Amino acid sequence: MKNYTPPALAGHRMPNRFDGAAMLMVMGLLIALVEVGRSTIATPIAQIQNTPIHLDPAWLPYYALRSTARMFAALFFSLVFTFTYATLAAKSRRAGQVLIPILDILQSVPILGFLTFTTVFFLHLFPGQVMGAELASVFVIFTSQAWNMAFSFYQSLTTLPADLQEASRSFRLSPWQRFWKLDVPFAMPGLVWNTMLSMSGGWFFVVASEAVTVGNTQFTLPGIGSYVAVALAKEDLHAIIYAIIAMLVVILLYDQLIFRPLVAWSGKFRFETTAAVSGPEPWMLKLLRRTALFRAIGEVIGGAFGRVFRLRLSLRQPGQVDETSEPSRIVDGIWYLLIAAIAVYAAWQIVAYVSGTLHWRDLGTALLMGIYTAIRVAVLMAIASLVWVPIGVWLGLRPKATRIAQPVAQFLAAFPANLLFPPFVLFIVMFHLNADIWLTPLMLIGTQWYLLFNVIAGAAAFPGDMKEAVANFNIHGLLWWRKVMIPGILPYYITGAITASGGAWNASIVAEVASWGTHTLTAHGLGAYIAQATNNGDTPRVVLGVVVMSCFVILFNRILWRPLYAYAVRRTTLG
Amino acid sequence: MDQTNIPLVSVRNCRQAYHKEASADLVVLDDVDLTLHEGEIVALLGRSGSGKSTLLRIVAGLLKPTSGEVNWRGKPLTGPAPGVAMVFQSFALFPWLTVQENVELGLEALRVKKDDREERSEEAIDLIGLGGYDGAYPKELSGGMRQRVGLARALVVHPDLLLMDEPFSALDVLTAETLRTDLIDLWMDGKLPVKSILIVTHNIEEAVLMADRILVFSSNPGRVAHELKVPFAHPRNRFDPAFREMVDDIYGIMTRRKAPEVHTAAAAAPNPFAHVLHPVGTNLIAGLLETLKSEPYNGRADLPALAAALQFEVDELLPLGETLSMLGFAVLEEGDIIITETGRRFADAETEDRKEIFAEALRTHVPLIGAIRGVIDQRSNHRAAAVRFRDQLEDHMSPEYAEETLRTVISWGRYAEIFEYDEEAQQFGLEEEDEEETED
Repeated sequence: MKNYTPPALAGHRMPNRFDGAAMLMVMGLLIALVEVGRSTIATPIAQIQNTPIHLDPAWLPYYALRSTARMFAALFFSLVFTFTYATLAAKSRRAGQVLIPILDILQSVPILGFLTFTTVFFLHLFPGQVMGAELASVFVIFTSQAWNMAFSFYQSLTTLPADLQEASRSFRLSPWQRFWKLDVPFAMPGLVWNTMLSMSGGWFFVVASEAVTVGNTQFTLPGIGSYVAVALAKEDLHAIIYAIIAMLVVILLYDQLIFRPLVAWSGKFRFETTAAVSGPEPWMLKLLRRTALFRAIGEVIGGAFGRVFRLRLSLRQPGQVDETSEPSRIVDGIWYLLIAAIAVYAAWQIVAYVSGTLHWRDLGTALLMGIYTAIRVAVLMAIASLVWVPIGVWLGLRPKATRIAQPVAQFLAAFPANLLFPPFVLFIVMFHLNADIWLTPLMLIGTQWYLLFNVIAGAAAFPGDMKEAVANFNIHGLLWWRKVMIPGILPYYITGAITASGGAWNASIVAEVASWGTHTLTAHGLGAYIAQATNNGDTPRVVLGVVVMSCFVILFNRILWRPLYAYAVRRTTLG
Repeated sequence: MDQTNIPLVSVRNCRQAYHKEASADLVVLDDVDLTLHEGEIVALLGRSGSGKSTLLRIVAGLLKPTSGEVNWRGKPLTGPAPGVAMVFQSFALFPWLTVQENVELGLEALRVKKDDREERSEEAIDLIGLGGYDGAYPKELSGGMRQRVGLARALVVHPDLLLMDEPFSALDVLTAETLRTDLIDLWMDGKLPVKSILIVTHNIEEAVLMADRILVFSSNPGRVAHELKVPFAHPRNRFDPAFREMVDDIYGIMTRRKAPEVHTAAAAAPNPFAHVLHPVGTNLIAGLLETLKSEPYNGRADLPALAAALQFEVDELLPLGETLSMLGFAVLEEGDIIITETGRRFADAETEDRKEIFAEALRTHVPLIGAIRGVIDQRSNHRAAAVRFRDQLEDHMSPEYAEETLRTVISWGRYAEIFEYDEEAQQFGLEEEDEEETED
């Protein structure tokens, strides 16, 4: 099975001064976003016509279609962002110094906390039009997809094989031609895989972003997410079950018609010198490749793209590389000064914003709440590991079981967990359980599958000759786990764990506060803190909460996961 | 036709150097001249690191020399010229493009019309013996077939000058021979749409087999040490005594150049960080000494013959020979390698004794080992970070060579039990018992 390093783990960059600048810039940007959003909350925005949401299941196919369309719109923007932002970061040393730390921080920011503000911001851009609300929703989905796609593309661009780069230059491809002949194809397998992970994660945000409450007004866009929101408010359990079924169907179609064919197709671009033994061709890809009609359509589309990709779009002839010239110190100096100036300005804005409304006490509260949530995440991860590692290993060591379990785990990872919240909440309400404990599992419902399918992949990739050696020396029991299996799957486990724990932090914003009709359950934690501050329109605390959460996620990545991953890769691979 | 007097390429006083902060610049190419005329095959022959590939890239217009003049058909070269095409050691095929698409790449860049493109690529594919493979992807092909694609891709643009960067060194012996012969046959029949070929190689026989003229490069810094004309007519016979003699001569040139430099340096140079160590494993050293000592060599071997018998490339055998001579285990003389008394003792010894002999040789001949051990001994905790030695090495050589040298010294020091190395901490240290100086 394919296994790509998640962006948060790759790049053994040491934290440097650019990280500080990037942090300040991102914070400044968030504050600006919130400010613009808040200033427009006051203005009357009720002209928007809310299309009523029907709970009749007959409407569900239409809603599902609308939700899916939003997903693809976001995907389009994510691709545009990826191709521009990552290219700029990779081709320009100076731009990369800033853009990559910013990307690193952005991917740790729980954008769900800003849902209200982004919605208001986009409503303000298109007053009185549904377009604004649509764009707001698409934007949230975009923020859940774009970062890791851009990271993957950037990593590919920085690891382009030198000989292919030289070949492109010596055959005098223009930058545009080279982008489509070399850069994009080389990045394709990683990009497709990350895109598909993004899409899987995106369903969660589709559901969360369709129904947004701003003050007393609720905006509902036609879609499955709104359908569930309305069903929740009306305490209609049947409708929720219909929605879950509809979502299952949508994801199944997405999985079969898009995910699997695309990933299999992208194998063609894998940079390897030997033909790898690949799994069975997905039926959809077979259909597309073998059917005369589809082939003809494909050739027409491919031909059109080919013509565009062959354009030179460049006046300059490629020149020589001057390896001996040093980058200009003066330009470097100006550039660093510029960055410093922006960072200082952002810092000043942040101080001005914060000092008016917040006290150190607030930071203390937010940190304490962060620790609560951190404990939740840690406990959940421990429990999930205890459950899924043995199961994953068991499945991964049996090829037949792997073939069945792997796609199922990937499928479950794509299912938006927030659709499963209502039954849980109902359960807690009925039995008067402690919200602090029983709301916790919700955070990991959606993301634990990443743990499972990575462990399966790790166990499945365990070398056959080592398995035989282990059997030959009769190693079993605790020794087998300690010396053989756990080191064997460690890099895979960490890959899964970081995705799962990162997702859990993000989910805490919707999982620590849950409601069923008039009942609202609240747990203590940073997610609830942000959610409540959002409800109260208390923007400084929203920003504070989000920043503290970003810091927690970044710290976890830098202090725990990244060194652990580097260690695992170093120690468990030969050569 | 009146242009034949103007050389295709002329390079004057070419120098390529990388700026080093601490000390002198790192010079890769120094004062190199090269003139290429139409109708000739010229080989740049040298060891890895002699700058011959750098020169090729400068001629290709890929790299701008630090100083010096590069002219293409009498005009200064500013970028990849339209009349130049390159064949790569690693083939550099795009794995996501079919054979035909790979071949058409250069034509697409030139915006050649589709029909033209197809006609010309078909022609090149047939010429180079790839007919029937048009739709295949590179990964479906064997190494030899892949390099044929590389050749067809270069030939399809009808270049005046064909540049080949070690084109056959990634192939097995027989495949390489077939490709060489096919290429020379096409060249002699005038079927190649090229006017001149410049080939970079470290394989002496390949150079003598193919080229009309050979430039032998010396390393550190890269210079043209010798220029030879090859007087034989094609097809050439490897077993012709004159051919063998020329190969022997070139071996002599290549070993002679390097040997005195190493010795004077080891004796006189106070700086232990100024020398590149070749990454030669201790098993390889032992193996070669054992071979050399026994039948049929009995202590003395002709390098070309030894290379052929062991299936080594010059590039592999020469560093090995030089390492043996540096350690005092053997002597290089006019293309021969002769085992010394120490070398013989090493070959005859058992494992533990070998380690001692090796340690002794290291202490005497590799000042870097002494320098590292010295620092370790000075420290109260008997540990020293590798990074400081790497930095010192990098003052005198490229980072790649510094890394290679450090790796080599670590592996030798471990074998000789002079010090230990902790990969996790990137630290040198001493073995426990060593520190306490116990009875054994």
